[in-house]
Amino acid sequence: MADLSVKIGSLTLKNPVIAASGCFGYGLEYASAVDISALGGVAVKGLFLNEREGHAPPRIVETPAGMLNAIGLQGIGVHRFVKEKLPELRRLGVTTIVNVCGSTIDEYCEVTRVLSDAEGVGAIELNISCPNIKEGGIQFGCSLTGTYDVVSAVRKVTSLPLVPKLTPNVTDPASFARASEDAGADAISLVNTFLAMAIDVETRKPKLTNVMGGLSGPAIRPIAVRMVWECRQAVKLPIIGMGGIANATDALEFIIAGADAVQVGTANFVYPTLWTEMIDSINNYLDRHGIARVADLVGKMER
Amino acid sequence: MPVDIPAAVIGNTRLTPEYNVLSLAAPGVAAHAAPGQFVMVKTAPGLDPLLRRPFSIFEILRDATGAPVGISLLNKRVGVGTSLLYDARDGDRIDCLGPLGKPFEPVDPPAEAWMVAGGVGLAPFATLAQALAARGTSMTLFYGGRGATDLFHEAFFTGLGAKLVITTEDGSRGERGRVTLPLERALAARAANQPVTMYACGPTPMMRAVADLGATHARPTFVSLEPVMGCGMGGCYSCVVRVARPGGTHFVRSCIEGPVFDAATVVWDALKGGHH
Repeated sequence: MADLSVKIGSLTLKNPVIAASGCFGYGLEYASAVDISALGGVAVKGLFLNEREGHAPPRIVETPAGMLNAIGLQGIGVHRFVKEKLPELRRLGVTTIVNVCGSTIDEYCEVTRVLSDAEGVGAIELNISCPNIKEGGIQFGCSLTGTYDVVSAVRKVTSLPLVPKLTPNVTDPASFARASEDAGADAISLVNTFLAMAIDVETRKPKLTNVMGGLSGPAIRPIAVRMVWECRQAVKLPIIGMGGIANATDALEFIIAGADAVQVGTANFVYPTLWTEMIDSINNYLDRHGIARVADLVGKMER
Repeated sequence: MPVDIPAAVIGNTRLTPEYNVLSLAAPGVAAHAAPGQFVMVKTAPGLDPLLRRPFSIFEILRDATGAPVGISLLNKRVGVGTSLLYDARDGDRIDCLGPLGKPFEPVDPPAEAWMVAGGVGLAPFATLAQALAARGTSMTLFYGGRGATDLFHEAFFTGLGAKLVITTEDGSRGERGRVTLPLERALAARAANQPVTMYACGPTPMMRAVADLGATHARPTFVSLEPVMGCGMGGCYSCVVRVARPGGTHFVRSCIEGPVFDAATVVWDALKGGHH
C-alpha cells in the first residue's frame, strides 16, 4: 500500500483524486451512490455571494469525446451553502474544497471571508476561469495583472489554502501560474474548460442558448497534460491537474506531467461510481512500480 | 439508492423500423424502481457517444417466482444513441444507472387516473398502470400516435383494466387528430364532484396542452418532462426546468426534482424540449 496522501498548502488530502467543481453538485447529491469521504477532496460547485440563476437551457451539448457546457454558474450563494450544505459535508467527513466566484475583487474577498469564518472548509479554489459568465471569472484569469490582483487580494483575507483555478484560454498558462505564485497562492489548479461552440447546420442555430460554452472531456486531455507540464516547469507550487481524466491511467499521466493531485469532472457524469477503482488502481500502479509515495511520482516524466 | 450495473441485453423486440423494446438484466435497478423513474443508459462503450441517455423504465421484468430480474426500455431511434439501442444484441453489456428521479404518485380511488401518452411517451405508464391497478383505481389511457403502427402494448393496459382512447394523426386508428381532443371532451363531460388526476408524457406541446386543460378544468395534472440531461444525479445542472416555487420561479434540476412535475408549476414558455 503506497502513501497516497498529498499536501496542498496546510491541507493534507488522503489521496490525489478530487471531484471537480461544477461536475459534482455540492457533493451531497452523490452521497447515496458513493462514499464521498473516501475521495481526496470534493470541489463543490462555484459560489458567488448571492444565488444565481444560470443560463437558459439547453446548457450542454455533446461533441466528439467531449461536451460543451454553458450552465452559467447557477448556484445557491455562499450563505445558503454554509447553512444548508457545509454541516452535512462536515458530518460525513468530506474534505471540502470550495470554488469561489466573483464579479469583482471585493466579491471574491467577501465570499472567501464568509467561508474562512465557517467550519469545515479545507481549501479555497479561486474560479478565475469560468468561460460562461459575463462579468468576473475569466476576465481576471486572462490578464496577468488581473490574476495577480485578485489572488493577492483574497490572500489577505484568508489563511485557508488558496488555489487559483486557471484557464486554458491563454497562450501561456505558465505565466499565469507564476503570477499566482507571486501573489501568494498555495497551489494552482488547471485546466478549466476551453471556450468553444457548436452549430446545428439544419437550423443554423447555435446548439447552446448561450452560443459559446466550455469544452471538457477526453477530447481536451492532451492539451491539458501539456499545460500542466508547462506549469510544472514554471512554478514550485502544488498543481491540481484536470482535463478529460476518466481513469487511473489518465490520472497518472497528469501526475507524471507534474500534477500533485487531479480532478475528475465530465467522466463523473458518465461513471459516478468510478472513484474507488481509480484510487485503488493508482495505488496498484505505485506498488507495481515500487514507488512508496504518490508524491514521488509527481513530474517524473522520463525523457 | 441508485446502482450502476453493466446490464446484459436479454431481449430486443423490434416493434417497427423505429421502435424497439430492449430488455436488460438489472435486478438491482428493478428491485427499487417506482413508476415514472428513469435510468441513465450508456448506449455504447467508449467515448462516442460519451454521455449517457435518460430513459423511462418501461416494464419491470420478473422471473417465474415474481422476483424482479430486470427492466425494459421503450426506445425510438431518433439519433446516434437510440439507434445503437435499436441495434443492440442479446448478450451486449449496457451500463445502466438507476433508478433515478421522483416517481409518479398513483392516485387512490374514488379518484380516477387519466394517463395521456404521445408516442414514445407511453414508456412511464406501464408501471404506473400496474400501481394504479393494485390500488383499485379506475384508469383510462389516452394514447396518441402518428399512425396505427406507432401504437404498442394496448393489450397490456386493457389487461390491467384500463379503458383505452386511441387517436392517430393520420386517422389510421381511432380518432383522427391530437390526443388532447378526446381528452378535452372527457374533461368537459365529467362532473366536478368526480375527481380525476391526469398524468402526461409525450412531446412538449402535447404535455403543455394537457397542462392547460388540467388548469382549465381544475384537475391535478402531472407531467414527466425529458429535457437534455447530462448526468441524472444532480451533478451537472444541465437539465433544469423553470418552475414556480414559493418566492418566484426557479430553474430546478429535472433529474432530482423531476422528471415528474406538477404541471401547474411548470413555466412552459421557458421549456425547450430536447430528445436524442
